[in-house]
Amino acid sequence: MTKQVQELDHVIIRFAGDSGDGMQLTGDRFTQETAVFGNDLSTLPNFPAEIRAPAGTLPGVSSFQLHFADHDILTPGDAPDVLVAMNPAALKANVTDLPRGKDLIVNTDEFTKRNLQKVGYDKNPIEDGSLSAYHVHAVPLTSLTVKALQDQNLSRKDAERAKNMFALGLLSWLYGRPAEGTLNFLEQKFGKRPEIYKANVTAFHAGWNFGETTEAFSVRYEVKPAALKPGTYRNITGNTALAYGLIAAAQLAKLPLFLGSYPITPASDVLHELSRHKKFGVRTFQAEDEISAVGSALGAAFGGALAVTTSSGPGIILKMETAGLAVSTELPLIIVDVQRAGPSTGMPTKTEQADLLLALYGRNGESPVPVVAAASPSDCFNAAIEAARIAVTYRTPVILLSDGYLANGSEPWLLPDVAALPDLSQDFAFATQETHVNGDGEFRPFKRDPQTLARPWAIPGTPGLEHRIGGIEKADGAGTISYDPDNHDLMVRARQAKVDGITVPDLEVDDPDGRAKLLVLGWGSTYGSIGAAIRRSRRAGYQVAQAHLRHLNPFPANLGDVLRSYEKVLVPEINLGQLALLLRGKYLVDVISYNRVRGLPFQAAELAGAIEEVLSHV
Amino acid sequence: MSEVSPHGRLASLTLVPHATGLAAKDFKSDQEVRWCPGCGDYAILAAFQAFLPTLEAPRENIVVVSGIGCSSRLPYYVNSYGMHSIHGRAPAIATGLAASRPDLSVWVITGDGDALSIGGNHLIHALRRNVNIKVLLFNNRIYGLTKGQYSPTSEQGKVTKSTPFGSLDYPFNPVSLALGAEASFVARSVDSDRKHLQSVLTAAADHQGAAFIEIFQNCPIFNDDAFAPIKEPSAPGLIRLSHGQPVRFGPDGSLGLTYGPYGALQAVAADSVPESQLVVHDVTRDDPTYAFALSRLDNRDFSHTPIGVFRSVPRPSYDSLMAAQLEKAREGGEGDLAKLLAGNDTWEVG
Ligand code: SF4
Repeated sequence: MTKQVQELDHVIIRFAGDSGDGMQLTGDRFTQETAVFGNDLSTLPNFPAEIRAPAGTLPGVSSFQLHFADHDILTPGDAPDVLVAMNPAALKANVTDLPRGKDLIVNTDEFTKRNLQKVGYDKNPIEDGSLSAYHVHAVPLTSLTVKALQDQNLSRKDAERAKNMFALGLLSWLYGRPAEGTLNFLEQKFGKRPEIYKANVTAFHAGWNFGETTEAFSVRYEVKPAALKPGTYRNITGNTALAYGLIAAAQLAKLPLFLGSYPITPASDVLHELSRHKKFGVRTFQAEDEISAVGSALGAAFGGALAVTTSSGPGIILKMETAGLAVSTELPLIIVDVQRAGPSTGMPTKTEQADLLLALYGRNGESPVPVVAAASPSDCFNAAIEAARIAVTYRTPVILLSDGYLANGSEPWLLPDVAALPDLSQDFAFATQETHVNGDGEFRPFKRDPQTLARPWAIPGTPGLEHRIGGIEKADGAGTISYDPDNHDLMVRARQAKVDGITVPDLEVDDPDGRAKLLVLGWGSTYGSIGAAIRRSRRAGYQVAQAHLRHLNPFPANLGDVLRSYEKVLVPEINLGQLALLLRGKYLVDVISYNRVRGLPFQAAELAGAIEEVLSHV
Repeated sequence: MSEVSPHGRLASLTLVPHATGLAAKDFKSDQEVRWCPGCGDYAILAAFQAFLPTLEAPRENIVVVSGIGCSSRLPYYVNSYGMHSIHGRAPAIATGLAASRPDLSVWVITGDGDALSIGGNHLIHALRRNVNIKVLLFNNRIYGLTKGQYSPTSEQGKVTKSTPFGSLDYPFNPVSLALGAEASFVARSVDSDRKHLQSVLTAAADHQGAAFIEIFQNCPIFNDDAFAPIKEPSAPGLIRLSHGQPVRFGPDGSLGLTYGPYGALQAVAADSVPESQLVVHDVTRDDPTYAFALSRLDNRDFSHTPIGVFRSVPRPSYDSLMAAQLEKAREGGEGDLAKLLAGNDTWEVG
């Protein structure tokens, strides 16, 4: 049967099922097919914190949203165009996000009386007319899969398990995705277990063929490749990009990389990734706790490594004691905070930007720490290199902020030219007897470089530079213990001046015709949603400018001028206004704070609404 | 005991450069030593400074890391590299340093509050990992720097500023704790016995991996004479352990040890049992049961207090295992950054 083909400029698909249904894998594979096909894309995995919540219940629902388009896009999309619901729980948890008139593919086999009861459906929603606002495709995915596998000598359970590949085959057919990558992937993953490999491949093909033959789907869709910048691309998540950025930074600085870490969601994947790359001389140390993780990193920094610790909010607060020692001893240290919803344990798998003030101020005493934030999954790579540059150049701990959305979200990444990456080894040198011992044979471990105000990085093993450092206040220059009041005042100011004086690029403002009265200023992972909202508003005829902060401490030198050159400044944050507080305090500009703290990225539509609301008052 | 390496180096120093001609004075820093008069820390510092030249390692390859407390001031007085870090965290910091720099000899200076209270977690994990660090725990059974509160080794019922009606906590036995934490080297010495202390330090340096040494240290200000019963060389309860020798102590060595019920050790008149039943000290027993039984001999009253090396068993150190993994991974050449970034699934645009 020939099917009608309808062309679309973008599609948002959400796969939803039980955590045991393999939805993350299905989403990943569809993403990879889409990337290879050449669409621009952005993804948002959403999974429960529990490893195996009871099957078929609402807390056990796991989903994966993918936005792909024939043009460049910035977010995983607000609301799906297609929802794939593998069971009643997945339907119930997600259907409210599906706009009326959109496609809903449900696995009817799972809509049993018992499963319906588990999530509080009295009647089967597929049959009672309550889904009539949607374009429902009722497909018995499980039984079709089992039927397709009936000749293979599999237990019913193993056969049922392949249903996610049936769904992937069906969706791949529906959107004309190339299947080759998935088939290769299955061979790699299950090559050693031929019966499972065969079952998955058969299920995938059965799903594809089902689409072609069934009358349940009368239309196929086509989303043409996007005109992206020429070059070689790969798809990458924020955590992988961050790990690669650290490996790259170590190579660029010509330093060995040391990671001290303790497992925590959603940062653990950075530890996992780095532990695989011993070929690059990466030492990873899984410590007994968060404190030891950062402590070991500081010890390695003292020894001359590019030292890193990775965690999320609940671990970061434990690390702040050692961050303070790193401020006091003026040693380079990268502290990565992959933020998640708090306070306390909060919602481990949900995103948030509420650790900004913790990063800036969460230590005792005057304890300035530079803070850098990543804006998108692939930008985690650049942000890591920038954090390393600041740490080694200025001999200071640096906090690098990512978050759960960036960590697990993915996007196509135009591979950088390795030869064009900055040479960080130019920014510092270890102290030696020749360079740092003065005429009378004295080494002064706290004598600052006049330009950067950094103190010498004198590592053990260097003859003639033996010295002692610690958390007690040190005499300016000599570095010996000092309780002198004026010396303390001087050292407090010197440490602050060093951080204030860090060279950071000016803030760039996107204001196409220079006539906007409203500036939307963001930081971190909201870059995509703010950008998408601004496009919408501009398409609707509004003039609005956008700027995004990479550096939260110190701020770019032109920030005050930028803020004052707009009538209104809107600051959207996934917290209750932490950047807004800083801007008001530092620049006396009455910025408008826009906040949603739901554990999810902003929706472009809600931000566009906020923009238009502010503009209606100017 | 572990074998001395073929180059004649102590076992923990095989990757540390060699240097001779250093003397105790080379390890004295220009900082004025500021412990209370009569503090046991002076004797330990002097013994340590006189011991360091015997390592035959360059000054710059020796690092002393401490936490917070009276004892933790020690790095300031030793002219090498040093870090006076955070309360309890020295083992963690030293772990990162030792794991990434096998060319250094790393010494941790800590106290009973620092290592056993706020830093207990770091201590036990550093010991079980067998990181190549030497931990010197100055045990004075009191908080000195904060002016006299009871510590995790203070005897129960101790009257201090924070426990005017007597402390309620039951104390740790540091040697038992270290043995329970899978330490591969555990020893005990006394501040006032320089020769003994130095022999134990040498044994620790000759051990590849983590070495734990409890040093009884007198705090004349807040807990004077805490170890008085065993301070006299002829103290009847003092048991000097010597590998390969029958354990003998008391007047004229008249007492020895035999195994009692449940594997406990008990003191007996040596001539009351056949020679063959007397315990011969063996630090190399892989099963820590014997060393643990030794550590339980005295628990509270110093009636039988062993000093010396309790346990010294060879086990690969954490840092050497880590280095071996790196080396293996690099056998086929160094990593290629461009290849890493590209991964397996790329596509071309344009
Ligand atoms: S308080 Fe006690 S331990 Fe501390 S320096 Fe004084 S005597 Fe020594």
